[in-house]
Amino acid sequence: MRVQLRKGLRSIRLRDLGLVMVGMLFFALPARADVLINGAGATFPYPIYSKWFWEYRQVDSSAKFNYQSIGSGGGVRQIIARTVDFGASDAPLTDAELSKAPAKLLHIPTVMGAVVVTYNVQGIATGLKLTPVVLVDIFLGRITRWNDARLATVNPALVLPADDIIVVHRSDGSGTTSIFTDYLSSVSPDWKQKVGQGKAVRWPVGLGGKGNEGVAGQVKNTRGAIGYVELAYAEQNKLPYAFLQNQAGHFVAPSLETTTAAAAGATMPADFRISLVNQPGKDSYPIAGLTWILLYQQQRDCERGQKVVKFLWWATHDGQRYVPELLYAPLPADVVRMVEATLKTINCEGKPLLVSQ
Amino acid sequence: MVNRSELVTQGPDAGTRQISAVLRRPVGRFGGRMFNVVIVGGALLVVSLMSLMVYELVTTSWLSLERFGFAFIWTSDWDPVRLKFGALPFMYGTLVSSVLALLIAVPPSIGVAIFLVELSPLWLRGPIAFLGELLAAIPSVVYGLWGIFILAPWMQQTAQPFLKSTMGFLPLFQGPAYGVGMLTAGIILAIMVTPFVSSVTREVLAQVPRAQREAALALGATRWEMIRMAVLPFGWSGIIGACMLGLGRALGETMAVTMVIGNRPEIALSLFAPSYTMASVIANEFTEATDDLYLSALIEIGLVLFVITLVVNILARLLVWRAGRGMAVGVPE
Repeated sequence: MRVQLRKGLRSIRLRDLGLVMVGMLFFALPARADVLINGAGATFPYPIYSKWFWEYRQVDSSAKFNYQSIGSGGGVRQIIARTVDFGASDAPLTDAELSKAPAKLLHIPTVMGAVVVTYNVQGIATGLKLTPVVLVDIFLGRITRWNDARLATVNPALVLPADDIIVVHRSDGSGTTSIFTDYLSSVSPDWKQKVGQGKAVRWPVGLGGKGNEGVAGQVKNTRGAIGYVELAYAEQNKLPYAFLQNQAGHFVAPSLETTTAAAAGATMPADFRISLVNQPGKDSYPIAGLTWILLYQQQRDCERGQKVVKFLWWATHDGQRYVPELLYAPLPADVVRMVEATLKTINCEGKPLLVSQ
Repeated sequence: MVNRSELVTQGPDAGTRQISAVLRRPVGRFGGRMFNVVIVGGALLVVSLMSLMVYELVTTSWLSLERFGFAFIWTSDWDPVRLKFGALPFMYGTLVSSVLALLIAVPPSIGVAIFLVELSPLWLRGPIAFLGELLAAIPSVVYGLWGIFILAPWMQQTAQPFLKSTMGFLPLFQGPAYGVGMLTAGIILAIMVTPFVSSVTREVLAQVPRAQREAALALGATRWEMIRMAVLPFGWSGIIGACMLGLGRALGETMAVTMVIGNRPEIALSLFAPSYTMASVIANEFTEATDDLYLSALIEIGLVLFVITLVVNILARLLVWRAGRGMAVGVPE
């Protein structure tokens, strides 16, 4: 009896094992025709990238993307180490970083984002206006109360309470912080010298919240708080936003249109390494930024290289129509034309990968 | 080989005899050797993992070790833009928040354990112990979110004004109430370590021999005197071990703490002030650190955390050992 049971068990196990192996083959084999493309980097554009990867299956079903949203820093490290086919970053690489790369790295802009200043001031649901000087002084800790005379002059129509201002910033390293501090540095030499620009900085005042949700939660719960979050996050959660005075002197609300206007107003350099803060143009929102995909001009694997380049062409053309629904701002038309020229320079074994588009 | 029939001999002490027979049985050639290899391999694996970890931490943080030297642990500048790094505020925040958590968590944890072992009716024991242990199963990010959205506003609007008005003369309870800060982090951590401390303490107290309790009662002790003089001293070393387990948990906790501590690398006496911990700064800044020196400074924070945890563990061992010796003197075995 017992022996029979044992035998039965053993035969079942053998059969199961066989089934599992057949199953593994079954799953492994069809992948033969697919090309797996690995990417890593920024978390900020992750929602639109995954949407693109999904929609792109209808264009080229054999291109399979694997994108690790580990942060821009990790993306830059991995593309420099050539462990991925493309990297993604919210901040352009510095000359020092570019010089560490083994070959020429290109920046391809994909979408744009903006940073919104949000607040919690009693009695002011909307309509707070801020000038660059006032914003900098708040984040430097020089303006400490909401009824400060300088805030009152900018906002004559509002009744500002005597509450303390509580500054909230991101505690985690982020592209959002990078763009925001880039803006503060560009409008204030004082900020540039005392704090500077970076994904994480030494904040003169305030509390740190983790992620957009941490900052938003802290601002929502704290009377007198002011903080900054991504445009998409602010829109989705209906957070109050401040109108910021742009370079042309207009007070502009953050939106997809005013963000795209910022890129249209800028003089785009050929390598796309540009910060879009404080750009000219009367509709330009002053705290906007691009996000980039990084890849080598000379691809080593022609098949994968071609798939990536074709995907990037699609993403910067047809793919742009998915951008607004995910609350990113699309690239302006003249930037797309420049991207076309750059994509055509990407080659493999001396031959350009984009032949006819 | 031992004869199989020997093992099944009936008798009043058959069980003991079976066990001793198994123990006396010579180790099977192959199986025994394999077992030996596996357990020795396991032990070596732990040791080599630890050494590899230390090696990795030291080599990857070498850049920062070289640049800042010992100044790293007593300066408090943390400026990723200018690449100046000092870990003191993070060390302070980690230690103070963890100790605060223990101060808050240990008395009620021991209380719960005593209640469950000595006072609770039997039918209530299971459910309470179960619910308590359920607390340990909640993911820390959930504690953190609860901390941001429920606890921090309550701290800001109710608890901190109350503390300020009643004990505001103490420097510990001064300054603006942000809601988030050292005190809030300490409370969240306390809730998180309570199930660990209380369940280990409960197990320890349950081990106290019945005769010990009965002897105390027979000498005319009240129930409280019995707990104080017979039960607690017996479990002392175990209770200290439980607290150290809780401390270890608190030192390494990352997500929940970073969500409520305010993330400001500053040393302030007030418990209302925001602070920062070592685990939090690593979690916050590691992903986006591109500069080599910056990355290496973050890894050095990991190294410092490792050393602090090691020291705490050694101290804990010493304490448990001393408490154990003290008990042995008081209670002849």
